[in-house]
Amino acid sequence: MNAAVIPISPMHTIEPVLTITGLSISLPAGADRALAVEAAALSVLPGQTLCVVGESGSGKSMIANAVMGLLPRPQVAPVAGRILFEGQDLLQLTEPQMRELRGRRIGMVFQEPMTALNPVMRIGEQIGEVFDAHGSVPAAEKRRRILAALADVGLPDPELLIDSYPFRLSGGQRQRVMIACALVLEPVLLIADEPTTALDVTTQAQILKLIRELQQRRGTAVLFITHDFGVVSEIADQVVVMQTGRVVESGPAARVLGAPQHPYTRKLIAAIPDGRAQTVPYDEVNRVLQVQDLCKTYHTSGGLFKRGRAVQAAKDISFELHRGETLGLVGESGSGKSSVGRCLVGLAPFDSGRILFKGRNLAQGERFRRAAAGKIQMVFQDPYASLNPRHRVGAAIAGGPIAQGVGKAEAMARAMELLQLVGLGADAAQRYPHEFSGGQRQRIGIARALAMQPELLVADEPVSALDVSVQAQVLELFAQVRAKFQLAMVFITHDLRVAGQMCDRIAVMQRGEVVEYGATQQVLNDPQHAYTRKLIDAVPRLAGQVDTEAKVA
Amino acid sequence: MMKNPFWRRFRRNKGAVAGMVVLLIVAAVALLGPWFATNDPWAMVERPFVQPWAEPGLPMGTDTLGRDILSGLVYGARVSLLIGMVSTLVALLIGVTLGAVAGYFGGWIDAALMRFTELFQAVPSFALAIVLVAIFEPSIKSIVAAIAIVSWPPVARLVRSEFLTLRQRDFVQAALLAGQSTPRIILTQILPNAMSPIIVMASLMVATAILLESSLSFLGLGDPNQMSWGYMVGAARTVLRQAWWMALFPGLAIVLTVLALNLFGEGLNDGLNTRLDGRSK
Repeated sequence: MNAAVIPISPMHTIEPVLTITGLSISLPAGADRALAVEAAALSVLPGQTLCVVGESGSGKSMIANAVMGLLPRPQVAPVAGRILFEGQDLLQLTEPQMRELRGRRIGMVFQEPMTALNPVMRIGEQIGEVFDAHGSVPAAEKRRRILAALADVGLPDPELLIDSYPFRLSGGQRQRVMIACALVLEPVLLIADEPTTALDVTTQAQILKLIRELQQRRGTAVLFITHDFGVVSEIADQVVVMQTGRVVESGPAARVLGAPQHPYTRKLIAAIPDGRAQTVPYDEVNRVLQVQDLCKTYHTSGGLFKRGRAVQAAKDISFELHRGETLGLVGESGSGKSSVGRCLVGLAPFDSGRILFKGRNLAQGERFRRAAAGKIQMVFQDPYASLNPRHRVGAAIAGGPIAQGVGKAEAMARAMELLQLVGLGADAAQRYPHEFSGGQRQRIGIARALAMQPELLVADEPVSALDVSVQAQVLELFAQVRAKFQLAMVFITHDLRVAGQMCDRIAVMQRGEVVEYGATQQVLNDPQHAYTRKLIDAVPRLAGQVDTEAKVA
Repeated sequence: MMKNPFWRRFRRNKGAVAGMVVLLIVAAVALLGPWFATNDPWAMVERPFVQPWAEPGLPMGTDTLGRDILSGLVYGARVSLLIGMVSTLVALLIGVTLGAVAGYFGGWIDAALMRFTELFQAVPSFALAIVLVAIFEPSIKSIVAAIAIVSWPPVARLVRSEFLTLRQRDFVQAALLAGQSTPRIILTQILPNAMSPIIVMASLMVATAILLESSLSFLGLGDPNQMSWGYMVGAARTVLRQAWWMALFPGLAIVLTVLALNLFGEGLNDGLNTRLDGRSK
């Protein structure tokens, strides 16, 4: 509604580095709306960070690409408005003029660090390309400046790194290289498009800190695109909130986060999991699952002349789960939490240890699944891969019970009921998965799991692929389902906030080992292990949330 | 409901539409032709070496033995299409089964089946087909069998690679958890998702099979009781400089049909590729 409002800054005497006014970007015919971005306005001041925040499809990345001149023209092209960068309208510039600006005056960092670097080029060469693209620098001078840039972004051993290939670096390190690349010519504006979304939470915290430090030291203006309000509150000076292509709210970070005006902003902020547990009393006697000393090692097969590598995904994992109880398995990528989940449902064999389901020892593989008789079910992470694109939704849900010998009519009737329960109409049964959104597909996945009348539900990152408002709804559904069916649940997540909200107990995993295990309140408020403390500290949080958590403690 | 987006994408490929029209004409000729071309393709109806249009009722002339070339073409269409389709079906049956089993079970089953497949791929396929037809009596059945035996390995490879990736999908895991049986998972969960590349490949295989059959007949290894395009080209070979029309018409028929099949296959590829128009709605 107030799309034309330009954020008023206390330092309004300073000229903004970037001013966007009335920017509209068209979408190709047949898209869900005519304009990807409609009359967007914002301005970025030197030395400040402007966060553009919104859910997927809100058009926030389009703005970044429009500034860089990277829109896939002519299907997607700016149709109105101006992008003023240091007094020049970027939309009027020719491609050679834009190329001159890119890299030199405007740097950009992308979301996916694993694919942003060319795997067959040494790190030094990749950064060196930026110099080569903008005039020639003597080789010795170039090397000196690359080394300085690598040291600047906090990479260890720049002398060693400059001659190594990207595969030696972790995701966080690659993102540092990308930042070094973007900043090496000291641009006045840095555009960061979800630069931490693909990273673990502790790595994310480090990268955010790095961007903030570099910015303060050099006075770079930063346009930061993100979907995460936690990240916003960590880094933003100014915030622009976008919904379906429109700017719905903009202003200083403290005001937008502290006293949001627009209902959409309020909804987004309310949807952030606050980590406050909603404990439901559970059955202390009825043990559904006992896991004893579970070990699992992955062997990458070696060739004729090289030895295979072994990765320990689970090492002496033990826990038990009662009826109606939820255990959170928390850890960063590679901690083995998903491997444990797959062992629990019998989709992956384990090396040693025992898994007892309702007191019965479950063997391995096919026998495991037959013994469990479908009473152990799983909800998968990727809602787009978890449903067969060729099966109607009703058939997909009823398929399980039919395989267990339930009559076809009865199974279909139950599928209808479940679709109602998860908040989709019964008419959804006749449709194909591609007609549903990610959140709706995840609901279908939950309905499919519930159709087997499971006693144990393993949910592997069920909300991490969803937008924050959808995430809140799906978490709500999980809580409701758990209470209704008295399910025992293993909830695998990398997000401590989600775990805090969903789980009765939390097991923190690091490199295949459980380093901390206890009641949610205790783990979150009084972490014993250093790794847990590091994880909790790394979670970006809204300023207001610290108070509520302190109160709970 | 499924058809509309498919046809929209298929129609966008003009070559594919042309190919389909040619194929429909060839199929119509094969089905209805014998009613119009009343001459027996083996019967001597005129003196030999009659030029096209020289005699009424013989628009394509006669061959070295005075046989009606138009009749030969019409009956040859039946043989070519029949052999092309049946041998492709048989090859699909072998290839899909072996590929599915290898891709689904993996491990040593996969290794064994793939080495078996490579055994066939290591032999030049045309040479193998000649040997097979020569061992058995040349007949429609033996030709179909020979063509099927030399053309299934690529199918097995394709299906295996599709199964290897699809098997890892979450919906297959969910079906495993629900306790669905292995054949059911292979047939209802994975195979439908692997159908599009198989169909595209099949359309191209029909073309290769027609070429193979023509080549065999050209070498005199065709069914002696069936007129076929390859046989006609082969018979005309010795008089190519005196009577161009004897080789030209059957040759054109082969080229057009194979080209049409290739264009059609490409169109199928476009039509079945939902990614081509962004999202399939």
